[in-house]
Amino acid sequence: MTTLMSGARMLLECLAREGVDCIFGYPGGVTLPLYDVLYEHHIRHVLVRHEENAAFAAEGYARATGKVGVCCATSGPGATNLTTGLVDAMMDSIPIVALTGQVSTKLIGSDAFQEADTFGITRPCTKHNYLVKRLEDLPSTIHEAFYVAATGRPGPVLVDIPKDVFQAQGHYQPVTAIHLPGYKVFTEGHTGQIRRAAQLIQESERPLVYAGGGIVAAGAAGELRQFVELTDTPAVNTLMGLGGLASRHPNFISMPGMHGSYAANMAMTNADLLIALGVRFDDRVTGRLAAFAPHAKVIHVDIDPAEIGKNRAPDVPIVGDVKRVLAKLNKLLAESGAGDERVAAARRAWWNKIRGWKAEHPLEVVKSDSEIKPQHLMGEIDRLSGGDAVVSSDVGQHQMWAAQLIRFNEPRLWLNSGGLGSMGFGLPAAIGAQMARPDKLVFAILGDGGFQMSIPELSTVVSCGLPVKIVVMNNGYLGMVRQWQTLFYNNRLSGVTLDAFPDAEKLAAAYGFKGKTVEKPWELAGALEEAVNEPGPYLLNVKVTPEECVYPMVPAGGAINEMVLGPPQPVAVPK
Amino acid sequence: MLQVISLLLENKPGALMRVTGLLTQRGYNIESLTVARTLDPELSRMTIVVDVEAAQRQQVIKQMNKLINVLQAVDLTESPAVVRELVLVRIRTQQETRTAVLKEAEIFGGRVVDSSTDGFAIEMTGDPEKLGEFVDVMRSYGEIEVIRSGAIAIALEAKKLKLQPPVEPGAGSRGPGAREVTV
Ligand SMILES: Cc1ncc(C[n+]2csc(CCOP(=O)(O)OP(=O)(O)O)c2C)c(N)n1
Ligand SMILES: [Mg+2]
Repeated sequence: MTTLMSGARMLLECLAREGVDCIFGYPGGVTLPLYDVLYEHHIRHVLVRHEENAAFAAEGYARATGKVGVCCATSGPGATNLTTGLVDAMMDSIPIVALTGQVSTKLIGSDAFQEADTFGITRPCTKHNYLVKRLEDLPSTIHEAFYVAATGRPGPVLVDIPKDVFQAQGHYQPVTAIHLPGYKVFTEGHTGQIRRAAQLIQESERPLVYAGGGIVAAGAAGELRQFVELTDTPAVNTLMGLGGLASRHPNFISMPGMHGSYAANMAMTNADLLIALGVRFDDRVTGRLAAFAPHAKVIHVDIDPAEIGKNRAPDVPIVGDVKRVLAKLNKLLAESGAGDERVAAARRAWWNKIRGWKAEHPLEVVKSDSEIKPQHLMGEIDRLSGGDAVVSSDVGQHQMWAAQLIRFNEPRLWLNSGGLGSMGFGLPAAIGAQMARPDKLVFAILGDGGFQMSIPELSTVVSCGLPVKIVVMNNGYLGMVRQWQTLFYNNRLSGVTLDAFPDAEKLAAAYGFKGKTVEKPWELAGALEEAVNEPGPYLLNVKVTPEECVYPMVPAGGAINEMVLGPPQPVAVPK
Repeated sequence: MLQVISLLLENKPGALMRVTGLLTQRGYNIESLTVARTLDPELSRMTIVVDVEAAQRQQVIKQMNKLINVLQAVDLTESPAVVRELVLVRIRTQQETRTAVLKEAEIFGGRVVDSSTDGFAIEMTGDPEKLGEFVDVMRSYGEIEVIRSGAIAIALEAKKLKLQPPVEPGAGSRGPGAREVTV
């Protein structure tokens, strides 16, 4: 049986079938037919205040749940405004579907009003994209888009829909099969390679798990925990993988990389076996590649064959879904009994080494009597979260301190723009996350720079009644850039001073909610508690030590064991 | 080094753009690219010659295979394959060099497709290296204009083509990304 309906309605039918309950969007001329059917549809539309934030919010929704996030924009400027969020989702492998309106098919190519080549522009910004020129192609395209976004290595998919396709009437027949003959998803993992991996693991004296965003994407946290417990292997989680192994887990060391901990980076450098799970050997993790993990054999598990061997040639490559591969590996390891005593003794020594590194240079919550240290702020947020709150971060120094010092005992709690590092991500992503998880405590931790990129979204927060706790780590600078100027450009601070920050209390009040500024260390805990206890949103502007730098730091091009651990000590000048 | 890639791709709008876009995006230089329909009008066959470091060859193939419209990407650089290219040369000749030019064309297996008092147009097919030599020889006789078609290649051993079966819509929401996590 078929029903006569418009393209716009068909689109919503397909979205409903995909389980979509919420769209982040911004309307315009060519999407009017779509908005007209949304008017009476159960799918909720969240009007963001800028299309870039529609994409970020859809990402926040997806990152917090694992479900496909949906955003929507009009043709031309609406579509071009989405692109940053699309690239962001591409870099971090986040499943979102972007719907854009296009000028009518007969106008395409005529430089019509608000025409842009969205299909061409977004080709490199998406995992796949479509321009739907015929109504009969619309339903299958929508289902394909969701399938491609969510499966394999997840990513953004864009569907560009001309106005006349929205308007056209046709017989809707629910799609029963989608056919993508060239879309290959490798899930199982090669049994022989998995067996080789198990053997290397059993023989290794200094093994280390290097786990990333793939663990989160695959929902493999349970399997990962089982693996580290079965083998008693220490584990590091990358910036994208935080929460993949619970921070409270005794085998969790911390984050490696440019601002990773001393222990994590030393463990990477000294391991004789890296069990790389859903990671891509990103330059921010490896530092100088030639000096990265020089003693280690590598087992690399990833669902994307192109990641394997891209930066580091593995000894055991395994293409597959890390959840399934780990399950098989765990089974093999569980069956194969205890290893030999020589290995066991070496492993105890390895653990002692790691504990030693941890004790030598721990990641510490620094405090002062007179100022709020950024680390102090993160320590307090950590205390209130207890490893259980959603923390959506922006990009900069605050992001690194948050990643270092806030614990995450589950995946999908730590949301950040890892690969692209796009400022302006934190607040809209928190909006998306809070929409998806209304009962969860959601912090948006932002720099004073990133916050000012997102101020328009305060009105989205209010209009949706979202109780997001917005915490601005206010150092008066584009802090991360300032840090590089301080350390590598003779402290010649150029274009990084953020003066004229608005009065937070008044700003929040202007939007109709509560806000406050604190600058004394003794005010901090109470103010954060007040924010958390407030039933609605809260804007807490925390003035912190302006000149603080994030350490450890691996200078660009350095090996990760060549960390700078703290500020240069003042040198006594001989008289 | 030069890498010869044979692609089988769906004849969908934008498919060519995806391939060329990928190559430029990843910093590979395209030496030549040819594309035409196959016996199945829904599919196209593309032969691409790119200049990449040997270590990157596999990476190029993997990236190509990730494109959803690409059914198969094969590296023919070292596997048994026949590579052919067509060149068209227009050469201006003096009265005294005409016979020599014709002789050379004959030696190379070239064919004269146009002849006038000013000179000849000659076509020749062969492997790209051979064409290079032919062009060099022709150039020694005078002013020439050269157009090359870009290489096409056929593998001598058929490679199994694995196509994915249809799936139910909504299968994505049960994909790995959406699994519930209990820790
Ligand atoms: C859209 C965008 N523009 C520029 C940058 C470069 N950048 C990286 S960190 C940073 C400073 C961020 O300042 P702020 O938001 O105050 O955070 P802080 O580093 O001070 O914690 C800048 C400008 C970026 N990552 N994203
Ligand atoms: Mg700042």
